[in-house]
Amino acid sequence: MNPDLVNHLDPKIQYISITVSFLFLLYIGVLIKKGRLREEYAIIWICCTLLLIFFSVWRDGLDVLSRLIGVYSPPNMVFIGSLFAILIYLLHLSVVVSRLHEQNKTLAREIALMKERLKSDESKK
Amino acid sequence: MEKIAVVIPAYNEEDSISLVLKEVQNLNKGDELVFDCVVINDCSTDRTGEIAEKNTNAIVLHLPIQLGIGGAIQTGLTYALEHDYSCAIQLDGDGQHIAAEIPKLLHAYRQGYDIVIGSRFIDKSGFQSSAIRRAGIGYFKYLIKLLTKQLIRDCTSGFRLFNKEAMALAAEYYPDEYPEPEAIVLFTHAGLKIGEVPVRMRKRQGGKSSIGFFNSIYYMFKVSLAIVFTYIRTQNLKKS
Repeated sequence: MNPDLVNHLDPKIQYISITVSFLFLLYIGVLIKKGRLREEYAIIWICCTLLLIFFSVWRDGLDVLSRLIGVYSPPNMVFIGSLFAILIYLLHLSVVVSRLHEQNKTLAREIALMKERLKSDESKK
Repeated sequence: MEKIAVVIPAYNEEDSISLVLKEVQNLNKGDELVFDCVVINDCSTDRTGEIAEKNTNAIVLHLPIQLGIGGAIQTGLTYALEHDYSCAIQLDGDGQHIAAEIPKLLHAYRQGYDIVIGSRFIDKSGFQSSAIRRAGIGYFKYLIKLLTKQLIRDCTSGFRLFNKEAMALAAEYYPDEYPEPEAIVLFTHAGLKIGEVPVRMRKRQGGKSSIGFFNSIYYMFKVSLAIVFTYIRTQNLKKS
């Protein structure tokens, strides 16, 4: 895109995206504070939000970056990049869920066995 | 005295569970061989758990969350291991498996097999399942034979005997849903000797099959994938 054109665009969307990004960052902070989001997962969200803020402030940044790596249209780069990141993160979450599933199974088994032991101990008395 | 655990995974089997328990009870004739029922109540919503509790011969394990057939069996096998049973026999709670056939499995176990599978398709007597299901079983039979060079005719049969070594292995890892064909690959790679003996089976005595029509497509796909990946994953088990 022509940089002159960019500078003539209405800056409204820029303000909106900066505000939304900051709100998002704030919300992540609140979640961590309340202990509802573990830090290791929070890191990736904070990085993503910082990236959003960075490109909201520096609007020409996307053009510069896409020219640098040879992508014809900057929005395409954003879509491809974010889709890729989301896919990887989803895969990571599937791995986490699989591990939780295994741990859950082990716990359930132990509980069932312990309940039985407790009951048979009581009936012996 | 030799203690044998009959592991019965049960999910909503109130119509058949008491018959199954009674049939196992009928096997207890002498003092040298004692069969204990270990019922795993997998979060049944009906009276399965209560009915099983009333039977004084049965040990009932209530799972706090639903684990599916694989997790239920693992729970039963862990119990059997902890209480020093010499072997465990898996018997379905729906009455398909006939407890009176257990001595046939035991006979093969005494001949030195680590895993004994009760098979409908050797003698071809008793309930034979539907044609479409037999076709599915045939497909798994060839897939398993291709990978492990081992012919198991009734590879989806859940009527199985585990010796101590097999119990320990299955307590460590066992698939969740439709575990039977996949487990054969696991056992073969672990170097366990698998035997198959002819048994009669019945039509289920109550309840509903766990595999419906649309599920069966998912079943074929999922189990195929699981068999192949278990084959790859357990290669190193084979070497050691």
